[in-house]
Amino acid sequence: MISSLKLKNKDNHKQLPSNRKKRTLFIILISIIFLVIVILGGVLIDEGRIVTNLNDRNAPPSLDHLFGTDWLGRDMFTRTLMGLSLSIGVGLIGAIGSASIALFLGMAAATMGKMADRLISWLIDLFLSVPHLVTLILIAFTLGGGFKGIVIGLALTHWPSLARVIRAEVMQVRSAEYVQVSQKMGKSQWWIALHHILPHIAPQLLIGFMLLFPHVILHEAAVTFLGLGLSPHEPAIGIILSESMKYLSSGMWWLAFFPGLCLLIIVRTFDQIGENIRLLIDPNRAQD
Amino acid sequence: MQLEAKDIGFRYGNGPWLFQGVNLTLEPGEIVGITGPSGCGKTTFCRILAGFETPIEGTVTFNSAPLPKKGYHPVQLIFQHPEKAINPRWKMHKILNEGWKPNKEVLELLGIDREWLERWPNELSGGELQRFCVARALGPNTRFLIADEMTTMLDAITQTQIWHAVIEIAKKRKMGIVVVTHESKLMQRLCQRVIDFNDFS
Repeated sequence: MISSLKLKNKDNHKQLPSNRKKRTLFIILISIIFLVIVILGGVLIDEGRIVTNLNDRNAPPSLDHLFGTDWLGRDMFTRTLMGLSLSIGVGLIGAIGSASIALFLGMAAATMGKMADRLISWLIDLFLSVPHLVTLILIAFTLGGGFKGIVIGLALTHWPSLARVIRAEVMQVRSAEYVQVSQKMGKSQWWIALHHILPHIAPQLLIGFMLLFPHVILHEAAVTFLGLGLSPHEPAIGIILSESMKYLSSGMWWLAFFPGLCLLIIVRTFDQIGENIRLLIDPNRAQD
Repeated sequence: MQLEAKDIGFRYGNGPWLFQGVNLTLEPGEIVGITGPSGCGKTTFCRILAGFETPIEGTVTFNSAPLPKKGYHPVQLIFQHPEKAINPRWKMHKILNEGWKPNKEVLELLGIDREWLERWPNELSGGELQRFCVARALGPNTRFLIADEMTTMLDAITQTQIWHAVIEIAKKRKMGIVVVTHESKLMQRLCQRVIDFNDFS
C-alpha cells in the first residue's frame, strides 16, 4: 500500500518537471518584463517618427515601418507603442483609484456599524445595476472629457465588485476568534485593522487590483473610441482605432489590425499576471 | 477583587432561553468547575464572563463594577480550538507577544520551545498551539482565567503539563479559574466546587 503510494508520487513528479510555483513565478516575471519594455518603449521612443511625412503615406507593413504608416505618413508602430504606454498609465491611475475606493468602502462597511454597511451596500448595488460604460461616459462627459475626466471616471466606476469582496472578507475576519481575543488584549480598532485585517485582505486586494487593470484599459479605449475620452492629439489606442475605421474600407487593414492586436495582448498579459498571482497567494487555491 | 455573575440569562434571537438565573461568585485563587451536557450553554456562559457577549438578563461585575469595555480585559478566555484563536498569518512570536511579553519562567513552565517562536502556526501541533494560547492569556493584568474545555482535545501528558503550569502560576498570582470540562476526574482533581449547568436550562 505504502510502496504503491510512493510510486504514484514519483509518477506525478515526472509529469511536472518544474513545480507549479516556479512556473507561475516565471510567467509573472515574463509578463512584467514585457510590460516594462512596452512602457519604456513608449516613453523613450523618438517622437520624430510620428511627425507627418507625406512622402511615405499609406505604406503597408514593411521592415522599415513594422505596422505600416497611416494616411499622414506617421509610423504606426511608434504610435501604437506610445498609445499603449499612455493606456497603461491611465489604467494604472484608474485602477489604483478604484482599488483605494474599494478598500476604504469595504473596510468602512464592515467595521463602522449597521447604518454605514447598509448605505455602502446600497451604493454598491446602485453602481452595479448600471453598466460601467454608461456611468463612465456620464462622469467623463460631465467633467469635460480629456485626461482628467476619463481618469476620474475610471476610478469612480470600477470599485463596486472589489468593494463587495473586501467587505465580505473583512466581515469574516472580524468575527474570527483571534480578533476577539485581540480586542480583549486591549488592542484598538485601528491596531486590529492594521495588523489582523489588512494582511488578510492584502492578497484579495492585489488580485482585485490586477484584474481591474485590463477592464480599466479596455474601457478607456472604448470611451476614447467613442470620442468622449482623451483628446484626438494624443496617440491613445482608442483614438487610433476610431480614426482607422474610416480607412478600413479602402483596404488599409494594418491601421486597425496591429494596434487592436497589441491592445488585446497587453490586456491578456495583465489578466495573466492577476490570475497567476491569485494562484500563488490565494489561501484557498494556493495548494492546487 | 471578585468576579460576580448575577442572575445571568441568555438566548439567541427569539429562541428558547439557553439558561436563566445563573449565579457565580469567583474569589481570587479559587478554582470552580462547570459541567453539563453538550449544548447546554457552558461556552456561551464563559463568553459572557469574559465579555465577548452581553447577557440578556443579569449582570457580570468585576470588583463590583461592570466589566471594562476597553483596554486589557481582566478576565481572559482560553478557547477549545487553538487553531481558530491564532492568526494563521502571524509568526508564533508575534502571537505570543500580542498582550504581554511572557517571561522565560512562564515559557519553561508551559514547555514552549524557543525554536517554535520562529515558526508559522501551521507548523505546530494543536497541543503546542494551545500552550501559546495559555501563555498569551496569562498576562500580568489577568485576574481571572476561563478555561473553556482548554485541554479536551489534547493527549493526557500535554494535558497534565498545561494544567500543572496554569495551576502553579495561578497560585502564585492568586488568580481565579473557571474550568469547563467533561472529565470528572480532572474536575475532582482541580476544583474546589462544581456548578452543574443542568440546573439552569
